[in-house]
Amino acid sequence: MATYAQAVRMALHYAETHLGLSHVFGQDVGAPLGGVFTATQGLKTAWNTPLDERGIIGAAIGLAMAGKRCVAEIQFCDYIFNTIDLLKLAGNTCWSSNGGWCLPMTVMTPVGSGIRGSIYHSHSFDAMMTHIPGWKIVMPSNPKEAYGLMLACLQDQNPTMYLLPKALIYGKGDEAIPGEPSLDQEGSKQLREMIDKPVDPRLAAQWEPNWPTGLTDYTVPIGQGRIVREGADITVVSYGRTLPLCVKAAHRLAEQGIEAEVIDLRTLWPYDWELIATSILKTHAVLYVNEDTEVTNFGEHLIRRTVDELFYDLLAKPRLLAGEFIPGIGLAHTLEQASVPQLETIEKAISEVVAGKL
Amino acid sequence: MNAATPLASSDLLAIYDLMVQSRILEEQLIKMFKQGHGFFWIGGPGEEAFNVPLGKLIKKGQGLDYDFLHLHYRSNAVLLAMGMDPVDPIRQMRNTATDTHSGGRNFCGHLSKPEWNLTPITSPIEVQYVTAIGTGIAQRDHKTDAITIVTGGDAGTAEGDFASCLVWSTRPGQELPILIIVTNNQGGISTSYATQHAERHIADRAKAFGMKTNVIDGNDVMESYAAIAEAMHYVRTERKPFLLEANVSRLYGHSSASGANFQAEEDPIARFRECLIQQNVLDVTSIKEIEEKHTQAIHALISQVLTERMPDPASIFDYTYWQQKGRVM
Repeated sequence: MATYAQAVRMALHYAETHLGLSHVFGQDVGAPLGGVFTATQGLKTAWNTPLDERGIIGAAIGLAMAGKRCVAEIQFCDYIFNTIDLLKLAGNTCWSSNGGWCLPMTVMTPVGSGIRGSIYHSHSFDAMMTHIPGWKIVMPSNPKEAYGLMLACLQDQNPTMYLLPKALIYGKGDEAIPGEPSLDQEGSKQLREMIDKPVDPRLAAQWEPNWPTGLTDYTVPIGQGRIVREGADITVVSYGRTLPLCVKAAHRLAEQGIEAEVIDLRTLWPYDWELIATSILKTHAVLYVNEDTEVTNFGEHLIRRTVDELFYDLLAKPRLLAGEFIPGIGLAHTLEQASVPQLETIEKAISEVVAGKL
Repeated sequence: MNAATPLASSDLLAIYDLMVQSRILEEQLIKMFKQGHGFFWIGGPGEEAFNVPLGKLIKKGQGLDYDFLHLHYRSNAVLLAMGMDPVDPIRQMRNTATDTHSGGRNFCGHLSKPEWNLTPITSPIEVQYVTAIGTGIAQRDHKTDAITIVTGGDAGTAEGDFASCLVWSTRPGQELPILIIVTNNQGGISTSYATQHAERHIADRAKAFGMKTNVIDGNDVMESYAAIAEAMHYVRTERKPFLLEANVSRLYGHSSASGANFQAEEDPIARFRECLIQQNVLDVTSIKEIEEKHTQAIHALISQVLTERMPDPASIFDYTYWQQKGRVM
């Protein structure tokens, strides 16, 4: 049973051996560390860069221009903000050259709260990123989809932004990645021994990964969401850290007779509107949940579209539950809990929307 | 022409011809702006003595075996020397649908040509220094004599991306084959270089990284040609970066935003013309013929472009993604 970080690592290994991935780079991405979240351990194409986010993004653009397939990592999305104009450049290169240039490049960056990361290790980036046209943006919420969406990004001809919810990065899923050892505890242990670099420096110095031989080209298509839990009373749309919380809240509310349909959006752009709309036409109520700050939040766009296209099908006002509009996430447990949606606030919001149905 | 061969009279004449063509083109683009046939002008009149030799020495083509170009917006003369049709900048100035570089989407001087590894020229004056790192890495890993060439002005070197290029191109054991060129016209729009920079030469900053450098008179064709050839030879063979700083004129100011009026700085074309007259390569008659030839040709191209269609408003969504047409969602 792979963790999210192991899933990313296995996807990158599959891509460097089967899909022409030639460069995986960023600060501390190569040996000895293999990424601060271990997602790039043991990769033959991983290397370390100077501590220079603009250089990292610029290098990715240039490599893509040269026809090289790469993954560039920004260690935390909190440090990607000084590259915004380069992200704009990557997003407009095909358009501004009237189709002359394409940039098949992937940027990977951990996002969100959940690790007590304080002000500069807890930012979200989905609202900012969805303001930049020309990118495809994904945010998987479990290991299997982390694997499948990474392979999708690495076969796309456009810039792709891969957002990793860091709160989930050591979590395991309940579905096997094709080719990984068995889903049980023994399988987890086996996989750990095969592809996790030993912590002991003496063992780490001699270590070589033993990659599972049965990994496949399992791909989750960009642009397709997924119904994680079916329900008839309300549609709950989320992604990333808040997605499993929404599922948990839905299960708890089922005991009270509220059946929530939970959608994992998976791709933020281009997103699966058909899936959302079909669900809302069934439930006639919707709650969007994410943890980015609420003002000019991506969920506000989804509400606007919901009102534009489905207003007369709604039996309750559509609602967004998002992070508070504050400059950062405070370190204290009480501050972090109060800053971004938690299980209780999600459960409460679902109940309120359902209670407000006409 | 190659680096080792002294320039023959025919080569000198060809360079002069291209310099004149470029100057007339730029002056006509300015006129188009002033006549309301375009919204904005920016270009490189005053840089011809450096830019034409640069264009002549580039290994032109597509892919890793040819030079990758990350140029700035004063590079029309470079592209003309590489063989660009002069109608291209005219179409971009007019923003016609026939503009092959941006489809009427970008300013004049913002050229893009994948067939020549010319990456899209952008308005930000620093981003080319970091995108050059990527093509430099790809060419470092490829068995080739092709190199990455990045150009910018003096003002843009204050940006961090310039420093990034110095750091990344000189990582020990991972040096990149990048020719970094700074054309120093002593100013950024209205702000003089001397009031903002304490370093005597911009190239001096590269010395801290152990990089080979040179500072030249970019208004001198022969000096420019020799210095570019020498720097290129070094980068092509040693697979290490080189910073070449060329002092140049800026004859019509920063852009149309500052009026695009002639400014009394040294004219590299006049200087080269005198040189060629003294060498008996040019005479009064041929000088006039060259100017008339290009003036008439560019007038004809402008007349043609003025009849060409504007982009279809429905095309605004096209190519947001690779090979995509129409709205995405």
